[in-house]
Amino acid sequence: MAMRTPLKTARYLGSAKEGTDHFWKQRVTAISNAFLAVFLVWLVASLTGADYATVKEKLANPLIALGLLALVVSGTIHMRLGMQTIIEDYVHDEGPKIVVLLLNTFFAILIALVGIFSVLKLSFGA
Amino acid sequence: MQATTGRGVRPQRPLSPHLQIYYPLINMVTSILHRITGAALYFGSLLLVIWLLAAATGPDAYNYVASLFATWPAKIVLLGYTWALAQHLLSGLRHLLWDTGAGFDLKTVDVLSWGTLAGSFALTAAIWIGVAMCGGL
Repeated sequence: MAMRTPLKTARYLGSAKEGTDHFWKQRVTAISNAFLAVFLVWLVASLTGADYATVKEKLANPLIALGLLALVVSGTIHMRLGMQTIIEDYVHDEGPKIVVLLLNTFFAILIALVGIFSVLKLSFGA
Repeated sequence: MQATTGRGVRPQRPLSPHLQIYYPLINMVTSILHRITGAALYFGSLLLVIWLLAAATGPDAYNYVASLFATWPAKIVLLGYTWALAQHLLSGLRHLLWDTGAGFDLKTVDVLSWGTLAGSFALTAAIWIGVAMCGGL
């Protein structure tokens, strides 16, 4: 005879079975973004007004490419979670909410794919 | 007041006060700014990937995008993007501090609110003046 109550399966998890996952990922990416934002400002400021050859060479530098990849991944995760919170705060009708949440996910993935592809092409492309 | 259990019938209970009742406190302002700048940075991420994609496409595409970004309307957008990034960053650091449970007394809250605003404007000015002095604009 089972001696366990249903409470065990509910403990530490919300109704979406994700617990503090959203909250925690938002904080982890917030911390990484704090550093990566400084890197981005430095990178863009140093390349403002530079010619194409200079920009291409700098963006193809392994350390800078890695920084940009980290920024794109960390940034898109963070912005998707943040926009999800905004949507859930203001869009209450179930149908529109699901549509806008899907668009949010697609937009974040689009930004991530274009960013990652561009950085990789700058590093490995002809 | 008569209570009701009927569905679709909303009893006339008193409502809690909302935005139009409150005097705008600085902490309120920076809180909503955190959300607004976050949303702005969300759409501003397009600027970053357009720039990266142009660089990955070739010299013609890059020069075209760079010349677009060099126009005055674009510069104003980029200036706004810089400030939004600085404000969201500083205000986000404040939230991380609050996550530890510290900094909740009213005096500190006010100082941090004004601090994030002063800091974001100072950072934006420093970045743009720095770029301008290096001949980047």
